[in-house]
Amino acid sequence: MTVLIYMLPAALLLAAVGLAGFVWSLRSGQFDDPAGAAARILEDKDPIP
Amino acid sequence: MMDATAGCPSGLAPATPAGVAQDPAAFVTESRGRRILEIMVRGASCGGCLSKIEGAVGKLPGIEQARLNLSTGRMHVEWTGGLQPKRVIETITKLGYGAAAFDAGRQDNTEGQTEQRLLIAMVVAGVATMGVMMVAEPLWFSPDVSPETRTLLHWVSALIAIPATAFSGRPFFESAVASIRRGRLNMDVPISLAVILAIGISIYETARGGEHAYFDASVMLLFFLLIGRFFDARLRRRAYAAANALAALQTATATRIGPLGAAEAVRASDIRPGDVLLVAAGERLAVDAEVVSGASEIDLRMVTGEVTPSAAYAGQVLHAGAVNLSAPLRVRAAAAASQSLTAEISRLLEAGEQKKSSYRRIADRAAEAYVPQVHIAAALTFVGWLVFGASVSQAAFTAITVLIITCPCAIALAAPMVQVAAAGRLFKHGAYLASGDALERIAAVDHVVFDKTGTLTLGDPKLVGDYPTEQMAKAAMLARASRHPFSRAIAHAAGAGPVAEHVEEHPGEGVSGEIDGRQARLGSAAFCGAAARGGSELWFAVAGETPVAFRFEDALRPEAKETIERLRSMGLSVELLSGDSDARVAKAAADAGITEWSAAATPVSKAERLAKLEREGRKVLMVGDGLNDAAALAGAHASLAPGGAVDVSRLASDCVYSGDSLRSVALIVEVARASRQRMRENFAFAALYNLVAVPVAVVGWATPVVAAAAMSLSSAVVTLNALRLSVMTLKEDGK
Repeated sequence: MTVLIYMLPAALLLAAVGLAGFVWSLRSGQFDDPAGAAARILEDKDPIP
Repeated sequence: MMDATAGCPSGLAPATPAGVAQDPAAFVTESRGRRILEIMVRGASCGGCLSKIEGAVGKLPGIEQARLNLSTGRMHVEWTGGLQPKRVIETITKLGYGAAAFDAGRQDNTEGQTEQRLLIAMVVAGVATMGVMMVAEPLWFSPDVSPETRTLLHWVSALIAIPATAFSGRPFFESAVASIRRGRLNMDVPISLAVILAIGISIYETARGGEHAYFDASVMLLFFLLIGRFFDARLRRRAYAAANALAALQTATATRIGPLGAAEAVRASDIRPGDVLLVAAGERLAVDAEVVSGASEIDLRMVTGEVTPSAAYAGQVLHAGAVNLSAPLRVRAAAAASQSLTAEISRLLEAGEQKKSSYRRIADRAAEAYVPQVHIAAALTFVGWLVFGASVSQAAFTAITVLIITCPCAIALAAPMVQVAAAGRLFKHGAYLASGDALERIAAVDHVVFDKTGTLTLGDPKLVGDYPTEQMAKAAMLARASRHPFSRAIAHAAGAGPVAEHVEEHPGEGVSGEIDGRQARLGSAAFCGAAARGGSELWFAVAGETPVAFRFEDALRPEAKETIERLRSMGLSVELLSGDSDARVAKAAADAGITEWSAAATPVSKAERLAKLEREGRKVLMVGDGLNDAAALAGAHASLAPGGAVDVSRLASDCVYSGDSLRSVALIVEVARASRQRMRENFAFAALYNLVAVPVAVVGWATPVVAAAAMSLSSAVVTLNALRLSVMTLKEDGK
């Protein structure tokens, strides 16, 4: 059972990284305009700053 | 002018016709040397639209940033220098899209913040649930784990669950505290109690090396509840944003003449009594005002429901909502605003809103009945176990399991899930809900009151009868140059074509011009030298020929009769209540197959009629679009307004349907009734679940695994039941 000592912190760390990633993407506005993001990828021109 | 490539380049969406471009100067804000304008863009639907609009706006001088959000239709423009904000709007409308300045101050962002906060809380609870599950699962299914390992795993669970609960539970704790302060109990009180007690008892059990800990139950409970809360908040924010977007597209601005004679654009709300305003042809009056100079014709359709325009002359008092048709008018904002029509309507509105806010939702009533019973059950369990000789800690442990297992997961999800499914369904049909309890109130109605003009009828006069092609074509040459609704009807019937030469508009009389070198007139009987025959008519005279009369009628919507029959078949009685004249209302009622009707109703008498119906015990659904309907819409048990309605009426209604079809009315009632049915089923199921779960918990069989299974199963059942709304077949769909 000593494997738990490595496994548990590793699992918790991974979950925390995923959670932090989601909160970051939400806060940085990546979900504000899903339709626009899908359309913009087809654009060749650089966006107006 | 629009070119052939106007609108969406994919050709999927029609171009928006350019209307009178309003001056957005009043909505420009300044920040760090940059001028900022928020615009609502209508009609953008693909990547092509996006680059077309952003590209064109970006080429304007001094533009620093131009970004269109395709999901919300909002565009953010920043620039430096002396660019006129009006040019930005004009650039977009020229491309064939609708554009209107958006009052950023009007946009209250708290709804969006609440939603984001709930989303993060939900995700934290979700991740914590998975984490605790991973640790707790071996304990549920392997009874041979050594006590040391068990305690270690419990401590790891605590490490995840305690911070997650403290964070994700805040929305509930705050609401519960607020509710207790007001001396009342809401659903959040037992939720908070259950979560905190579950964590507390689990820490105690873990510390003394006990067998059962409820860390998993507490985070899972929060996770499920937050799903419901999140969808609820999202729905509310969407309805709010949709209402805001519609309002923005009709943002009331006005042109004020300053003391030095300079014109400036101001918001309607900034107009003070006594201000002199310039109302251009085609503009809608934002406030009650008296005409100072100029002569024109005004369209009072939105104010009284009267389709035939009336003359406007100096000294006349006009009500807000009137549209100026032919020539610019100078008006003075009404000094005695408290005596104006709008003021009277807003008083009636307030009374109506107060009545509505006193409505108690099904979910709240369920919570009020449910909360005390759960607490009594838990208290009785505690006392009962003590009486039968259990230790205090054991009795407390069982009492808390009762609280946890009865905690209203199913009840808390029962209503929001149904509302989300129903709102999604209505969205697809172009209707959106303005308030959370709208569905419940619409489902309860037994009587429908329709407004006539613009609701039951098309709202625009249509040419009736047959006319010689040649005269028709000639009359249309004059009609194309005029904004008068009758002229528009002739122009519409004749189609595109040339315009006569030397066209001149004579306010209150008609238009004159030259066709093939001969003088021609289109207008009132007197203007054309003919004897008036009465009714809605327009005369056309060419020098040397006998004048011809064109007749008009505000035609009934083609689907009106069918919709009314459909409402009747659903057990509703139908009534027509209009501000128009007797004869016209009688005709419309007969055409639509409505037997009960009244005409010449004022805003006050409309509201009185609804109050009378209410006293008779009827639950009334009001459907209307005009300013004169606003008070009635607010006072009715439930109300619907078409998307083209005036601001006040849209805001006063519970549900706005876009798409110019009356069929939506029957559809909304159908969906509302179905969702009330689903809600009742959900509450019935939640009650049944408790009938089974409470005895299990009281006798002490509710181990953590039982609690987790019961919670997930009950939540899944109510959610699936609500989703039936998304797949049900509507009678309207078959057509």
